[in-house]
Amino acid sequence: MTPSRRDFLKGCGALMVSFNAAPMTTALGQRRSRNRPSSIDADKLDSWLAIGADGVVTAYTGKCEFGQGIFTAQTQLIAEELCVSITRVKLIECDTAVTPDQGTTSGSQSTPTNFNVENLALAAATAREALAGLAARRLGEEIDHLSVEDGVIQGRSGRKIRYEDLIGSKHFDLPLNPAAKRRSRAQWRVLGKPVLSLDRAALMTGQFEFLHHFHVDGMVHGRVVRPPEMGATVAHVDEQSVHDLPGLMKVVVRKDFVGVVAQTQYQAVVAARKLVVRWNPGPSLPAQKTFFEHLQGQPAHDVLSVDSRDVEAQLAAAGTLVQARYTYPYQMHGSVGASCAVADVKADGATVWSATQSAYPTRSIVAELLSLPVDRVRVIYKRGSGCYGLNGADAVSFDAAVLSQAVGKPVRLQFSRRDEMMWENLGSACVVEHRAGITPDGRIVAWDREGWVASLGNRPGYDQPGNVISGMLAGYTPEPLEPGPAKPPAGKLRNQSNIVPSYFAGCIGGACGGGGTVRSERALTHTVRSPFFTGPLRSPLRIQNTFANECFMDELCAHAKADPVAFRLKHLRDSRTIGVLKAAAEASKWRARVASTRPAGRAGVVSGRGIACVAYEGENGYAALVADVTVDLDTGLVQPKGFIVALDCGPISNPDGLRNQVEGGILQGMSRALVEEVTWDDRRIMSVDWESYRSLHLDYEIPAIESVFVTPEGVPATGAGETAITVTPAAIGNAIFDATGARVRELPFTPERVKAALSRMKEAALSS
Amino acid sequence: MESHISRKTSEMWGTQDWLMFPQLGIEVRGHVMKIRLKVNGGEQDVEVDPQTPLLFVLNDELGLRGPRFGCGLAQCGACTVMLRGQAVRSCVTPVSSVGQAEITTLEGLGTAEKPHPIQQAFIEEGAAQCGFCLSGVILTAKVFLDANPEANDQEIRGALKGILCRCFAHARMLRAIRKYAEAKRHDSVAS
Repeated sequence: MTPSRRDFLKGCGALMVSFNAAPMTTALGQRRSRNRPSSIDADKLDSWLAIGADGVVTAYTGKCEFGQGIFTAQTQLIAEELCVSITRVKLIECDTAVTPDQGTTSGSQSTPTNFNVENLALAAATAREALAGLAARRLGEEIDHLSVEDGVIQGRSGRKIRYEDLIGSKHFDLPLNPAAKRRSRAQWRVLGKPVLSLDRAALMTGQFEFLHHFHVDGMVHGRVVRPPEMGATVAHVDEQSVHDLPGLMKVVVRKDFVGVVAQTQYQAVVAARKLVVRWNPGPSLPAQKTFFEHLQGQPAHDVLSVDSRDVEAQLAAAGTLVQARYTYPYQMHGSVGASCAVADVKADGATVWSATQSAYPTRSIVAELLSLPVDRVRVIYKRGSGCYGLNGADAVSFDAAVLSQAVGKPVRLQFSRRDEMMWENLGSACVVEHRAGITPDGRIVAWDREGWVASLGNRPGYDQPGNVISGMLAGYTPEPLEPGPAKPPAGKLRNQSNIVPSYFAGCIGGACGGGGTVRSERALTHTVRSPFFTGPLRSPLRIQNTFANECFMDELCAHAKADPVAFRLKHLRDSRTIGVLKAAAEASKWRARVASTRPAGRAGVVSGRGIACVAYEGENGYAALVADVTVDLDTGLVQPKGFIVALDCGPISNPDGLRNQVEGGILQGMSRALVEEVTWDDRRIMSVDWESYRSLHLDYEIPAIESVFVTPEGVPATGAGETAITVTPAAIGNAIFDATGARVRELPFTPERVKAALSRMKEAALSS
Repeated sequence: MESHISRKTSEMWGTQDWLMFPQLGIEVRGHVMKIRLKVNGGEQDVEVDPQTPLLFVLNDELGLRGPRFGCGLAQCGACTVMLRGQAVRSCVTPVSSVGQAEITTLEGLGTAEKPHPIQQAFIEEGAAQCGFCLSGVILTAKVFLDANPEANDQEIRGALKGILCRCFAHARMLRAIRKYAEAKRHDSVAS
């Protein structure tokens, strides 16, 4: 019997006896950047962790909080690995002067990156083991005989020593130790517990300092004057139009970028409104009404995710051929707060306080725009409004820096609602066409999936300022889209964008990386130039593709006259997708049924239930969602009444934070499924405020949400913030079908579209 | 050379779109006025253009963090403050129109150490994600429930019609609001 077990009972446990829960796969971490040096060496323990003379554990992370709960979860992680209470941990987020370069906080990668066996988690484990080694020497005891309670190490002899006495405010001077062991899930005392978000009291009482409230001495105020339409260029800026305005300091023009700086925020607003700018018009826009047809006719960059090269023959031979086309509109991040940034640019360097998800990349772009050496720029993350991806936070930071350089003073730049919405990098519009063959005994024999994605720009990364509006106006171009045919698929199946349906075998060169059993398979994607900027919006392309894939799977179920759960299970191999599907079916008391025989010609309000599932990004989290909806057959109004979700994200760091993300994700997904759609006329985006871009406000009947967590042993932690939203539109669409027998293949499910689908169904019934 | 149709931005956008604060009009007189405001139980003097939206004064001059700029159009609620017992959108309220009325912001309602019961309910329910929208959610619900303590769910929803939370922490928010409503009813029965 080792002493560790007994010690564990009375304290945080033995310092050294620990187990890796799983053969953890390498996290999908950020590639270390060779040409973008950070002064913070991520291989060194001191870059991640310090213990002060006061015993406070300070941790440095490159993954920042914007409402998703990662601040609290990372604090739990440090407290867990270091065996201290949460209150002893101080977490510093994303500051290029002090935190390691972890790229962008995005893509549901913070948990896999920092909570498995690398980076922050490894740093904390390395530190604990180093402290144990130091304590063993000081106490003259075996490491295995030590235990620890809230930063106080005790030996068998009963002698104690505190962390700060071992290392207090000194450097560890150690590399991260790849062999350092994480505390096992069975030992967890802080992780895995529902900890309410640590910022909640400050938030609810209005004491939390958002970036929007941040002030520096001598700060003045900026506003931008954006073009009236995409592609418009400056013809003339009439500075005389504002020369007598009080408080105006400068009109700043840099190619097509126009901005004003004034003493007060209101003066800047007035100056931006009064400034007369003549613009050369941009090109006219493709008509919204026929946009998806337009998209399908453009030159494209093609990628084949998988191609068994027998799909056409198999489809021709199949008993039943099913085909359908799905469309997904442009949607907005639509942060509640229009973006804001504060920049202080001096001759020899710049500091930018930014709500960007990408502190280091933003530093590189700011350096480029200001012609400063990158190591003379510091970007400090400060929280803004929730972003859900690439909102205006990057653009406003670049613009603030340009304005501050122009006036030689710190500038706070606040976007207007229109600046934010008209010029953000929208979630992409997509078309997906499916064709599949079903055998007489109800098996999918072949499946072809072809998609079109509208794309322009992206995150700016370290070297693409033109990927967002600020850079483009300053004269940079978006990263090029090179049209060309697809190369044959090679290597491991990559399914980051959930292009490949879960039911594909996903075989490339004999290795089958898909989640399912359909071996005659092809998935082709055409990326087409978008007339508007696009960029990652929560579950980027994953939600679009999953909507099409999972609704079409539901169509196949109906054609095969099979139960949607049973039919999915029949075509799945992946155990974790199967796990969540079964869990959702069980939690919802799913009753097997064939959903293709709803009587037409009914009236009034009918109800239905649909299901959808996904392996997010192929392997970064699993969800199955059951949606209950009602549909008013007369008005076409869809009302979700309840959701039951089963989620598998491996070990759960904070069940309360997870629940919050899952609930918010489903309701956000509901808003995107029911009302959200960017509109434009022949010249410009028309969705520029909350009347012209619809979102659910707080006045709808909030459906009940039940979450079930599936937690298999021996798997690494995955992302969890984007899994539930990914399946929401599909689950609702499948429930509408169950309720009405009508398939709505265009998002959002507006009453008009639902009514149109109902009448199409009636006509089809009459003519058959 | 192709025919460049040069247009003024204002012509392309139309007059309506120019007006971020439609009800204010744009009268720039350029003068600064001394205004005394009653905020969160104290009095504060500011020297500003009288047309300045109350929100800018609260944020920039007085350093208050409760109300936030969301849209500048009274469409989202992020800038909400309490004024004359009503929930008011400070982004479209000229500071000169406030007069001697008492302004209460989210931080004037209670503190982290001593939160107001509705703030306490939000804390207990963890009813936020980013939290940017909270002034609108909490103050609008408080004002409504104080005036309509017997309100049912549907009526509460109706009161929150113009309030936006894009993290969609809605389920928790409604739970917190109900909790406050129930506690209030309970208290009034007890007293």
